[in-house]
Amino acid sequence: MNLWLIIIGMGVITYAIRLSMIVMSGQIQLSDQLQRALRYVPPAVLSAIILPEMVQPGGTLDLSLGNERLLAGLIAILVAWFTKNMIWTVAVGMIALWILQAINL
Amino acid sequence: MMTSPRSELLAGIKAEIPITLGVLPFGLIYGVLAVSAGLPPTLAIASSSIVFAGSAQFIGAQLIGASTPMLVIWLTTFIVNLRHLLYSTSLAPQTTHLSRPWKWFLAYLLTDEAYVVTVLHYQDEKIPLQHKHWFWVGAGLTLWVTWQLSTATGVFFGTQLPASWSLDFTLALTFIGMVVPLCRERPNLAAALSAGLVAVFTFGWPYRLGLMTAALAGIAAGVIVENRQRRKERRV
Repeated sequence: MNLWLIIIGMGVITYAIRLSMIVMSGQIQLSDQLQRALRYVPPAVLSAIILPEMVQPGGTLDLSLGNERLLAGLIAILVAWFTKNMIWTVAVGMIALWILQAINL
Repeated sequence: MMTSPRSELLAGIKAEIPITLGVLPFGLIYGVLAVSAGLPPTLAIASSSIVFAGSAQFIGAQLIGASTPMLVIWLTTFIVNLRHLLYSTSLAPQTTHLSRPWKWFLAYLLTDEAYVVTVLHYQDEKIPLQHKHWFWVGAGLTLWVTWQLSTATGVFFGTQLPASWSLDFTLALTFIGMVVPLCRERPNLAAALSAGLVAVFTFGWPYRLGLMTAALAGIAAGVIVENRQRRKERRV
């Protein structure tokens, strides 16, 4: 099935990246600039997923108070900023979403 | 200091255990999300040993749920996991004395969470290099077991939870929990904000290519802000 192929391909790509420099150790050097650029991959990629999930939940831009995901996401951002705790962030964000959805019914 | 494979292995396990506490919920959420995105339960569980990379698995499940073409999913996986190139580069000099099978095995265990403790262990020069790779194995396998168990548990629960619970939103929340603390540093904040805004404006682009465009814009913004900071520091 196609889905298996997708996952196996993802595995091969991930493993190849992890193995690359270990196997070729000493033969290739990453430039200082490239090494610094790679450090910004996590915040950039993750944020590029978060923001559309918050402001475009149905596929179209929705900045109104009726957008529960936007409000719940903002609350979660505050929790993450002050607690730096993953479990609190997810728990408060989910509970906020459920409450807002119940109110907006 | 005297070390043995056994003592190093145990030290690696011990160093990794606190980190697994944060990984447990992440694995649970992944299991739930993968099932709600439409992955068959066996595949969702298998992906944790085939891919063995949390954020890539999360994003992959989301893209599969949105019926994204295979090549785009692979390209996205590549970009998301490029950071592992840094880990591979940083630990490579420590593996030159090891046999090829060892290198292949250690590379499989090179996750974010195992790297964090392993690189610190290698930096401790009081400990001889001889058995240090056993520490890497201890940390890596501890994480591997945690990831498999938590994912499988999540998949099990995921098949019984209703869609009205909006559990797919846990993905965004998990990522918020990872990104926001990073944003206390200015270049990270610039990277996150730029990438987020570009992602919103390119959301309608075909094949989710906006995601990659946004990621590249964010990386560029991070580098620019960092360079500016350095120049300022030099002037002071």
